[in-house]
Amino acid sequence: MINQRERIIEHIPRLRRYAHALLKNDTLAADDLVQDCLERALSRLHYWRLGSDMRAWLFTIMHNIYVNQVQRRSNGPQFVELPANDAGIVDSAQAERNVELRDLHRGMAALSPDQREIIILVSLEGLRYQEVATILGIPEGTVMSRLSRARKQLRALLNRDNSPTLRRVK
Amino acid sequence: MSYQTPVSDADLHAYVDGQLAADRCRQVEDYLREHPEAADKVAKYQQINAGLDELYSPMLDEPLPPQLHVKARHSARLLRVATVAAWMMLGGVIGWQLNSSEVEMRVAEQPMQKHLIQPATFAHSVYTSEVRHPVEVSGTEEQHLVSWLSKRLHTTIKAPNLSTQGYALMGGRLLPSTNRMAAQFMYERPDGLRVTLYIRQGKWDSDATAFRFAKQDSTGVFYWIDGPLAYALVAELSRNELLALSEAIYPQLIK
Repeated sequence: MINQRERIIEHIPRLRRYAHALLKNDTLAADDLVQDCLERALSRLHYWRLGSDMRAWLFTIMHNIYVNQVQRRSNGPQFVELPANDAGIVDSAQAERNVELRDLHRGMAALSPDQREIIILVSLEGLRYQEVATILGIPEGTVMSRLSRARKQLRALLNRDNSPTLRRVK
Repeated sequence: MSYQTPVSDADLHAYVDGQLAADRCRQVEDYLREHPEAADKVAKYQQINAGLDELYSPMLDEPLPPQLHVKARHSARLLRVATVAAWMMLGGVIGWQLNSSEVEMRVAEQPMQKHLIQPATFAHSVYTSEVRHPVEVSGTEEQHLVSWLSKRLHTTIKAPNLSTQGYALMGGRLLPSTNRMAAQFMYERPDGLRVTLYIRQGKWDSDATAFRFAKQDSTGVFYWIDGPLAYALVAELSRNELLALSEAIYPQLIK
């Protein structure tokens, strides 16, 4: 039992990363989501089958809480915090990289929550498509099509960088 | 070159994500050498993966916020149960529901000082000094007040009756409290002394299920936790006077 608790603790940073990326860096909401997830996981630890993948189990719980709670109450205004890495830009390569990252960050925020979840689980967590399908409770084909659409959308941002256009100053 | 199976978009994703079998992987690599457009797509996908990692992975090394610390098992549980039991005798309270497994499994919660005592005493000092607008909804509309606050806090809230103790319900208000909602009921004694009961939602440290007392200047606070709600009774009263009021309030809340 103690072992299982420790295993949950190990996964907390990953759960946070998932929640933050999913909720567009709204720190309060993301940490609330992680906390809800931990509470539910701890109170249902006896449902977890020994030998099964705990990370996948935790992500499943978090996804379900997200779908049930967060989406339902997200009618109000939403925060999009930008990553605070603009300060002290010295070399132009890094500056360019920062612009690219900021675009990517905006691109992520512009994706639908469904797409964001899949991108995070595949790209950041490195989960197999089949595992992602199980966690989200959707067919593997749907995972593939959403992944494809999400990457296409993000790719368009990167392509735009290659052909700089003048921006109108408002 | 011919490919046993045509290389699809799904193959390109699986290639980027390292989810192809070794032989299929080689086929895709051959294909990419001959199809620069597909190779560019793959490069962009890899760039996206690397960018996401750079954006979101630094937080893996961040220290966890306090509310996400999963506690080691409590060694002081017996003591706590004893405290609660003592309180139950004191207040003559029967039916305290203590789900021990839940208590043990609770995640470390928000510090009481920051999320309960401070906002409760501050709200007390702000609104009890009001002459014209001490409350948002008057006690004459008690039923409306209670159902409104219950609705906003997503749980059943009760306004305890303190008439036996000589206090009349003046009314109450809804308050923002960091990232949660809170409610405040205000009571008044014929001599003008005002008492507030502050109720806040949250994920609370179950260690604090017992009654506790805190004092800030001349203001005393009795506080306790019941499930998702934390209560703070605030007044310029002595510890014993506040305890007597708390004892009158508590059984009414759990009925």
